[in-house]
Amino acid sequence: MNLFLDSGQISSVWTVSELNNYIRELFEIDYRLQDVEVRGEVSNFTRARSGHLYFTLKDDRCQLKCVMWRSSAERLRFLLEDGDAVVVGGRISVYEAGGVYQLYADHIEPGGRGDLALAFERLKQKLAEEGLFEPAARRSIPAFPRKIGVVTSADAAALRDILNVLRRRCPLVSVLVAPTLVQGPEAPAQIVSALQWLDGRDDVDTIIIARGGGSMEDLWAFNDERVARAIFAARRPIISGVGHETDFTIADLVADLRAPTPSAAAELAVPSLEEIRPALDQLQAALTVEMQAIVEQKRWQVQTLARALVHLSPRAALDNNRQRIDGLLARLDRAGQRRLERERGRLAVAQAGLIAVSPLATLSRGYAIVRDEHGRIVRSVQAVASGDKITVQVTDGGFGATVEQEK
Amino acid sequence: MTDDMQDLTFEDALHELEAIVAQLEAGDLTLEVSLALFERGQTLARRCNQQLDSASLRVEQLTADGEIVELPSP
Repeated sequence: MNLFLDSGQISSVWTVSELNNYIRELFEIDYRLQDVEVRGEVSNFTRARSGHLYFTLKDDRCQLKCVMWRSSAERLRFLLEDGDAVVVGGRISVYEAGGVYQLYADHIEPGGRGDLALAFERLKQKLAEEGLFEPAARRSIPAFPRKIGVVTSADAAALRDILNVLRRRCPLVSVLVAPTLVQGPEAPAQIVSALQWLDGRDDVDTIIIARGGGSMEDLWAFNDERVARAIFAARRPIISGVGHETDFTIADLVADLRAPTPSAAAELAVPSLEEIRPALDQLQAALTVEMQAIVEQKRWQVQTLARALVHLSPRAALDNNRQRIDGLLARLDRAGQRRLERERGRLAVAQAGLIAVSPLATLSRGYAIVRDEHGRIVRSVQAVASGDKITVQVTDGGFGATVEQEK
Repeated sequence: MTDDMQDLTFEDALHELEAIVAQLEAGDLTLEVSLALFERGQTLARRCNQQLDSASLRVEQLTADGEIVELPSP
């Protein structure tokens, strides 16, 4: 299509492609757009699978779409990230199919620091030298706080998120919210006074300072020197939960504990009761088990002693001795019996012997014992004369007699 | 429950319960002392469970006038 209009074109209707093409050619006429250097902040950066880079360059009011082909991207000496302040060199042209104009980048240099980034680095350095970031200065977070103070905006999601986490995790705590602006020039002073008010109270155990995500400008209040010093000077431990995971503000560096988000700050502030419940149940069970064990042990001790007692009892000795005595008596008895039997035996023998030689036995055979009148035994005929009185003893008695003629 | 039990924080009650269990485990106590500890432990455990069961988050907020108001639970 001829770039210079002729009367025939003015009234005709363009197709999109025709128009976009025309616009591109307009851009390509302007020599100033063929070689530009643009300063800005990188955002929405992506690397396509093809290796081409797509990003947006922005300042505080406007933005500009950029693309860098792989061939140029490969020559980059650093990795591009959202938030980087850079100077991009290339040409401005039109992506006809998309109907957008773009900066086609062929080189990118790290931009000299923006004001904000510089200020950040300077303050960070200064406070670091004063020792505000020293690990030794960190206070420890109480394990079982009773009341949590929260410095944040009253209307924003950060507060809702924090309350939801606390409600779920540990409803035993109570919360005291000190609302404040969290961005803009008045924010730092309000944050400081909210913080000091909570810190001055005796019932607050831990303080959370929180703000949802945003750009460096949005979070700038938390890089304020007054806020940093107020955090450092506070007597209560402070947990910061500002922005997103990758945001680090000065407040985060001074705080006693840094959380990546407001929700995470709430998690760090309180214990989980659901984790404590099983521990509590276990303790209760252990109580019963230990008590039972103690009772059993005492019972066993008693039984053992009782058994020992039985063993040592005088009754046992008594019974023992009784039994011994009975035994001995029995033996004595038996011994006595035997002796008796023996003696009886001897007696019988002696008796029999005696009987055998007894004159009475002789008498029973028919002999008699003759005695004179003096009782002397007559053994010979000489001992008597006729007419003497004698007694005659026979086996069953005796009689008197007179001696007659000697035979 | 005794007055002192009412004032006991959850944390203190839990710690005391842990200490009692440790003492009973260590043994070497008289039966009377053991029983007394056991009962105290039971009371503490009941108190902790009671606190867990009845817990609901209390939220207060400082107003612009400097008053503290309670926020209703959702």
